[in-house]
Amino acid sequence: MIAFLAEGGAQNPLIPDTTELIVGLLCFFIVFGVLGKKLLPNIQKTLEERRDAIEGGLERAEKAQEDATRTLEQYKAQLAEARHEANRLRQEAQEQGATLIAEMRSEGQRQREEIVAAGHTQIESDRRQAAQALRQDVGQLATELAGKLVGESLEDHARQSRVIDRFLDELEEKAEAAR
Amino acid sequence: MSAHTLLAESGCHINAHCAFPAPGLNSFDFKPIFSIGSVDFTKPMLLAVICMLIVVGFFWAAFSKPKLVPGKLQLVGEIGYNFIARSIAREVIGKKGDKYVPFLASIFFFVWLMNIMSIIPLAQFPVASRFAFPVGLALLVWITYMFLTFKTHGFRRGVKNLVWLDNLPKPIVPLIVLLEFLQNVILRPFTLAVRLWANMFAGHMLIVVFSVASWYLLTPSIMSAVAGSSFVLAAGMTAFELLIQFLQAYIFTLLASIYISGALEEGH
Repeated sequence: MIAFLAEGGAQNPLIPDTTELIVGLLCFFIVFGVLGKKLLPNIQKTLEERRDAIEGGLERAEKAQEDATRTLEQYKAQLAEARHEANRLRQEAQEQGATLIAEMRSEGQRQREEIVAAGHTQIESDRRQAAQALRQDVGQLATELAGKLVGESLEDHARQSRVIDRFLDELEEKAEAAR
Repeated sequence: MSAHTLLAESGCHINAHCAFPAPGLNSFDFKPIFSIGSVDFTKPMLLAVICMLIVVGFFWAAFSKPKLVPGKLQLVGEIGYNFIARSIAREVIGKKGDKYVPFLASIFFFVWLMNIMSIIPLAQFPVASRFAFPVGLALLVWITYMFLTFKTHGFRRGVKNLVWLDNLPKPIVPLIVLLEFLQNVILRPFTLAVRLWANMFAGHMLIVVFSVASWYLLTPSIMSAVAGSSFVLAAGMTAFELLIQFLQAYIFTLLASIYISGALEEGH
């Protein structure tokens, strides 16, 4: 050991050896050169590409999801519309049916009323005719009867007619009063 | 060959009237492997070159043809890269730190491998326990620190960034300026180098002491039991060193990134 020391071995360890300094720096520069200029930019690019690929995949999936949701919404909307349309049609049909029935009913009513009215008129006119005929007949009969009874022919037709009319009117008034 | 190896191989044991060949500074000195003129090429230099080759070789194999779906080697490389890029550069410097990832990654992996050499059979020497290696790296970090400070802030504000603290009572300003100057400009690179060097130096010394002792005590006597415990300690220290080696490389890189961050920031 002493012999070794005598050879000039151990020195102050805090004094850097120049050759070692140069070799160390040289080695570091080579490491830094190769890693910094080529390899690390390489991997940096690859990592970014990978991140892009992953994020791109996610984005695509998200987009597909969105599309599906949108399509579903569309279908739902269409379905609702169709349902609505069907409802509307049914309602319309019901309304039309109701109108039709009402129309028919009123038409029937009208026709019935017409028929009834026509009947009434007919009856009225028949009654009038009958009344007229009756009046004449009754007048004639009464005159004849009176003539036979009093023995005198009531020739004066005008007078005769007036008397009969007055008599019949009285009869009618009585009948009215009795009713 | 270092002194203790020579002595250990010489059959120097406790009963052979041989003093304990205590390892010391001589454990860190090597006879040159070859010399060119007065320039000696020694084992630590060889190890540094090997480390350089391994780092470059590994990352070349992992990253030279990077694939979107990584292979095993690329995956391991990516973990290493992300460790520096995320937990150091992004964490300490932020988004601006992306530019410095190659520098920081080179420092980390080169230093780590130089440290690991401490426990690799046949190498068994932490390159950074030769002061010149940490000094070189610390010098580079210091130059980067200074360069970025003045590049970002210009000369006047760069100087201010290095020595000035705001809102100080007037009387202590000169003192603080002096201290800040000492800390930022002189002590930072020095401590950066010394921290790495001293840790590797001490670790290697511990392993050597227990290794030499276990060999020295290994005699057909009760002392062999002590030799056994010494050996166990040497093995334990070796495992412990594995942790320290990583930790010191990490700290060195972390501090470098903190200095860079300080240089880029407004004031501090």
